[in-house]
Amino acid sequence: MKVSTMAEMMASGEQPEILFWVGCAGSFDQRAQKITKAFATILNKAGVKYAILGKEEACTGDPARRAGNEFMFQMMAYQNIQILNGYNIKKIVTTCPHCFNTLKNEYPELGGNYDVIHHTQFLQELIEQGKIKFTDSNEWKGKSITYHDSCYLGRANEIYEAPRKVLESLDMELKEMKRCKSKGLCCGAGGAQMFKEEEKGDKRINTERAEETRATATDFVASACPFCNTMLSDGLKVAENQNDPAVLDIAEIIAQAIK
Amino acid sequence: MGLIFQTIFCLLTILSFGIFAQKILRIRRSILLGKATHLNHHPGQRWRNVILLALGQKKMFQKPIVAVLHLIVYIGFIIINIELLEIIVDGIFGTHRVFSESMGGFYTFLINTFEILALLVTIACVIFLIRRNSIKLKRFISKDLEGWPRSDANYILIFEILLMSLFLLMNAADHELSFIISKNFTPWLTSNFDEEQLLLVEKTAWWLHIIGIYAFMNYLPYSKHLHIVLAFPNAYYAPLIPSGTLHNMPDIQNEVLYAMQPELAPSNAAAPESFGAKEATELSWKNLMDAYSCSECGRCTDACPANSTGKLLSPRKIMMATRDRIETISKNIEANKVFIPDGKTLLHDYITVEELRACTTCNACVTECPISISPLDIIIELRRSLVMEQSNAPQEWNSMFSNIENNFAPWKFSPDDRDAWTKA
Repeated sequence: MKVSTMAEMMASGEQPEILFWVGCAGSFDQRAQKITKAFATILNKAGVKYAILGKEEACTGDPARRAGNEFMFQMMAYQNIQILNGYNIKKIVTTCPHCFNTLKNEYPELGGNYDVIHHTQFLQELIEQGKIKFTDSNEWKGKSITYHDSCYLGRANEIYEAPRKVLESLDMELKEMKRCKSKGLCCGAGGAQMFKEEEKGDKRINTERAEETRATATDFVASACPFCNTMLSDGLKVAENQNDPAVLDIAEIIAQAIK
Repeated sequence: MGLIFQTIFCLLTILSFGIFAQKILRIRRSILLGKATHLNHHPGQRWRNVILLALGQKKMFQKPIVAVLHLIVYIGFIIINIELLEIIVDGIFGTHRVFSESMGGFYTFLINTFEILALLVTIACVIFLIRRNSIKLKRFISKDLEGWPRSDANYILIFEILLMSLFLLMNAADHELSFIISKNFTPWLTSNFDEEQLLLVEKTAWWLHIIGIYAFMNYLPYSKHLHIVLAFPNAYYAPLIPSGTLHNMPDIQNEVLYAMQPELAPSNAAAPESFGAKEATELSWKNLMDAYSCSECGRCTDACPANSTGKLLSPRKIMMATRDRIETISKNIEANKVFIPDGKTLLHDYITVEELRACTTCNACVTECPISISPLDIIIELRRSLVMEQSNAPQEWNSMFSNIENNFAPWKFSPDDRDAWTKA
């Protein structure tokens, strides 16, 4: 897959309209790489001129900051802002709500001011502008789906509609879980929990959420965050129920329907 | 005789307001033991929050039935207290219903309104009492409330019922007048008591009512009920930024900047004293005001994913522990002029590491709070102290930190492979 880096674009005197911030999960995690590729495919097909930072990208510092390690966060923020400002980046799209929140809300105070959007918002824009066209045999049509709100997209940034609008554009039947939108239950990964064992309790948080997704009895579960995706997939795996819904990122769903 | 009562009344009034003012100033002092934070920008948006969140109780209406009952108690209580004006004038000058003649029909209308509200408040409080004690609502049977907090909640409700009943009894015994609710009890009173006894009933109800109000006022500073006062400033000072944003630490930002670009470092840069908070006084004054404002309703804990899956963390308990700690510190300072270390800190002795570690920073507690309290803010400040001051982190987090430092990702992958997905 041909994806230009900022360095390559600079070398040929070009400037992309948007930087795709891939994030650590999207870069390294095998499951999340599929989401990254799906989104890159969409960008290619929609004719968006974009670039990635490639090897120059580094962790935004989100998990370190939330674990309490502000030094580490500030180190990462400093490096990233140097690079982003060096390339004169104006607009960023990312498939990770944690990167999204940090870049959009926490970097400005440190000198990094960019127009940051989440990939579900960008997908909604592209669909509305007619830049994404679906194949005639829309295999998603009529399939039931439930959308799991990511905390850092939902409560933290009040983005509830964009991901739902994207799913509706495929004529999917959207069923809500009992706890959704501002009441949505966390998948259990945030606040650097992804990188440690859960504290002791009666139940794992992702098991609880997986049961709620199962209770909606839909064909699919849509996520918009690579960490939620992993947590929900793992949560569903525990019971090994063959009828369980598959967990897919919204980008993966669109990538399979795009013309 | 009248003069004696007037004197007693005046003394009682001055004493009650005096002690209350003193207690409020004491709470203000306690709150200001917190660190400075500047929350005065965008006053327009802040007043909007006061009107929507505090006055309008917007977030309460996510549970409409409870919200209506709560609104009745709140509006009823405020409006009925207009009657206090007449009671105080009567008490000072020894008059009887001083406004009744000059206001005429409007007076009857006002008292009728107060009576209807008093009845509604009573009914709402009875429902709340039953709900709190009989229906096993998870957030009310929680162990967070064991002991004083549970009694506190019940005392307030019983107190309000008593005050409303005394107000109605006072009006009913005043049998020359006739008001919409109390008139229904008047026939029973007149058939059982003679004129002199009726006067005694009325006077007694009048005195108990006003003494009760003064007592209630002075009980507020010790109670979760303080939220009827502090919800207003708390809504005013609520953060205006997206809730996913954590407070920046400019000290550390600069330290990193000077390490990277030493030419920018000022020659006299002082090292910061400490990072994060291990003690309540190291939190911001807004965090401490949050703690005093908390009505211990438990909506935060109900929504907390860690709590609902059996972890030790309860955001409500974080707020209660913070209030307990700052109260202890305040008392210590009052007794000793300066704070004499008592061998305890907010972190560890009031809030444990296990609680802090369970938080997913999902913001559910912050979103749920009807009066803009942020338990998450306190959790993060304590985590900062744990990690940066005490190097207290689970091994997995230490690995994550070193991976970020060395590989620029929380996992141990080579940074050279960051774009490997483009080739696969």
